[in-house]
Amino acid sequence: MAGQRLLIRGGRVLDPSTRRDEIADVLVEGGRIAALGPNLPADGAAVVDAAGCWVAPGFVDLHVHLREPGQEYKEDIASGGRCAVAGGFTAVVCMANTQPVNDDPSVTEYILDRARQESPARVYPVGAATRGLAGEVMTEMVALVDAGCVALSDDGKTIMDSGVMRRVLEYSQLARVPIITHAEDRTLVREGVVNEGPVSTRLGLPGNPATAEVVHVARDIMLAELTGAHLHVGHVSTAGAIDWIRAARERGVHVTAEVTPHHLALTDEATLGYDTNTKMAPPLRSQSDVDACRAGLADGTIDAIATDHAPHAVHEKDVEFTAAPPGVIGLETAVPVTLDLVRKQELTPLEWVRRLSTNPARIIHRPGGSLEVGAPADVVVIDPERRWIYDPAKGWSKSRNSPWAGQEMIGRPIATVVGGALVYDVERGVLLP
Amino acid sequence: MMGRDLLGIEDLDRADLERILETAERMQEVGRRDVKKVPTLRGRTLVNLFFEPSTRTRTSFEIAGKRLSADVVNFSPSSSSLTKAESILDTAMTLDAMAPDAVVVRHKVAGVPKRIADALAAPVINAGDGAHEHPTQALLDCFTVKQEKGRFDGLTVTIIGDITHSRVARSNLYAFSKLGAEVRLAAPPTMLPAGVESLGAKAYTSLREALEGADVVMVLRIQQERMEGCFFPSIREYAATFGIDRKKLRYAKDDVIVMHPGPVNRGVEIAHDLADRRPSVILDQVRNGVAVRMAVLYQFAGRPATREG
Repeated sequence: MAGQRLLIRGGRVLDPSTRRDEIADVLVEGGRIAALGPNLPADGAAVVDAAGCWVAPGFVDLHVHLREPGQEYKEDIASGGRCAVAGGFTAVVCMANTQPVNDDPSVTEYILDRARQESPARVYPVGAATRGLAGEVMTEMVALVDAGCVALSDDGKTIMDSGVMRRVLEYSQLARVPIITHAEDRTLVREGVVNEGPVSTRLGLPGNPATAEVVHVARDIMLAELTGAHLHVGHVSTAGAIDWIRAARERGVHVTAEVTPHHLALTDEATLGYDTNTKMAPPLRSQSDVDACRAGLADGTIDAIATDHAPHAVHEKDVEFTAAPPGVIGLETAVPVTLDLVRKQELTPLEWVRRLSTNPARIIHRPGGSLEVGAPADVVVIDPERRWIYDPAKGWSKSRNSPWAGQEMIGRPIATVVGGALVYDVERGVLLP
Repeated sequence: MMGRDLLGIEDLDRADLERILETAERMQEVGRRDVKKVPTLRGRTLVNLFFEPSTRTRTSFEIAGKRLSADVVNFSPSSSSLTKAESILDTAMTLDAMAPDAVVVRHKVAGVPKRIADALAAPVINAGDGAHEHPTQALLDCFTVKQEKGRFDGLTVTIIGDITHSRVARSNLYAFSKLGAEVRLAAPPTMLPAGVESLGAKAYTSLREALEGADVVMVLRIQQERMEGCFFPSIREYAATFGIDRKKLRYAKDDVIVMHPGPVNRGVEIAHDLADRRPSVILDQVRNGVAVRMAVLYQFAGRPATREG
């Protein structure tokens, strides 16, 4: 597959790594970008017609749950990988809260082995920061990173013990990877299942205050400042936390951040009908928080868009709101949902691509996010105007827990190339492996 | 405008509320007859689906249904059989397959009646869901106030107690505001939910200010077992600061009435001697509950059981 020659012809090339934004052809050969320029000859290469479309470095999702090993009825590495390439992502970073937890190199190796065999997208595992995600004893970070982990996180759980978090951040510098924090102070969240405010009061459901996130982000920033470690804030959702991140970056703290499409697009009012597919952790927030997320993404305080793709089976979601597991799938809807920021001119197309490819690749120190000649040929072709109806039942995930089911989407990846191989075509579906 | 289900007062408008209250007046007349029964719902089946035990509300619905000649079936899945793995929707749809004409639902989690209504052919009447709504309680409270005061416009209704966890507070807040009364909420700050004033009431942490000039005082039940030490320090302190007795009641109007949705914690949220006698009207509320639920069943269970759209 690496030998495939592919000419992506006539698209608008958006490469944040070189700030290139122009109509050009992209030639892929030997798994790498071979040439880039106007009117390249096909010379027998397979041609992807990209006229009217955007051609960008493949997207890198810093935050997905692939559920394998252990919960393959929700998703597995094969189905999650298919979702990724159908959504324009050529690489996904998968969280450690599997069963067993990815807190041991043998689990990391299993995930990478399955990915090599079955995933059309690159899979970068995240190792647990503490054993069993229990928040008590740190994992063998160096061994996990040597096995292939690109970051460490207890995501899904929160490291509540500040002393443990301090040591985790300190020691992580030996492993040279970021610590991704799931910032929700459990003692403030308690039973909370929706954002605390007028909506939780109307619904009569326990509130989860924005302050639960802000307090925790503030603590983690102070610990990152103390230790000098790289802190990455997962799924930031509140105006308050974004203010803390912005101020920390200004004084040189090594902190990066991501935001999900749902926290950019939906407010807590989406929960007014008690739809459990609007239940996530952190919860959907107020309009002013959504505005702050969008502004923070635009001004660069938030580096990346990450989906927090969290598949759950229908029977798990079809229960009382308080009993339903939090999370939604997002890989296949991230492009159309976040293109809204481009349509509303909050982000240029180039800056939008940067937050989906170049920045996340940089955060995990992996190649990607570039269309320079010689770079790995991970490419996505997007039709930004294409209208389609999203039906999770016809999507690539094993689960259906999306808040956008049945809705019209604008914009869609039409072709995805990983390592020089065309792995997705909107007409033919996922092609490899 | 009224839909096919009664899930909350929030969904109703003033005209809907007035229509139900007028119907309830006619229904009350039935309860005074020697033979307390009319054939209005003869041949119709009403299911009381109570996931959370509630003898009072269930009995009130049962009597209301029987006075209208409906066949009333009580279905109370024991909490032990309702494991997390067992779907509430499965239970509800099993019932629905037996073709009831209305299903009255009580559940400890907010939103469950809505989820059931979305899945069923039969109309659903919410008999209380978590801290969300308890619409028939609010309707019977409005009915009681109308009997006592003859009007809603210009009245001040003060609701006192754990607003955060109270469905009765929410439904009454909506109902009395829609009918033209001013609604005040009084509680320690830990029991006033975030953004509650956006629902149309004024919140007070001073009981005295909240009682100043009140026409109606509605006292909520304190859930002692789960609240103490977390939302307030002790029963003794709560009773001293927010418990209602005749002395504190002097701040309100001379002709104030005192209401309580029951069951009463005597000596906690309400003084013993106040619970039984005027100005408290607690037993009138219970009495009116039957008439109001008859009106609700007439309105919502009297139509053919088909779901539009």
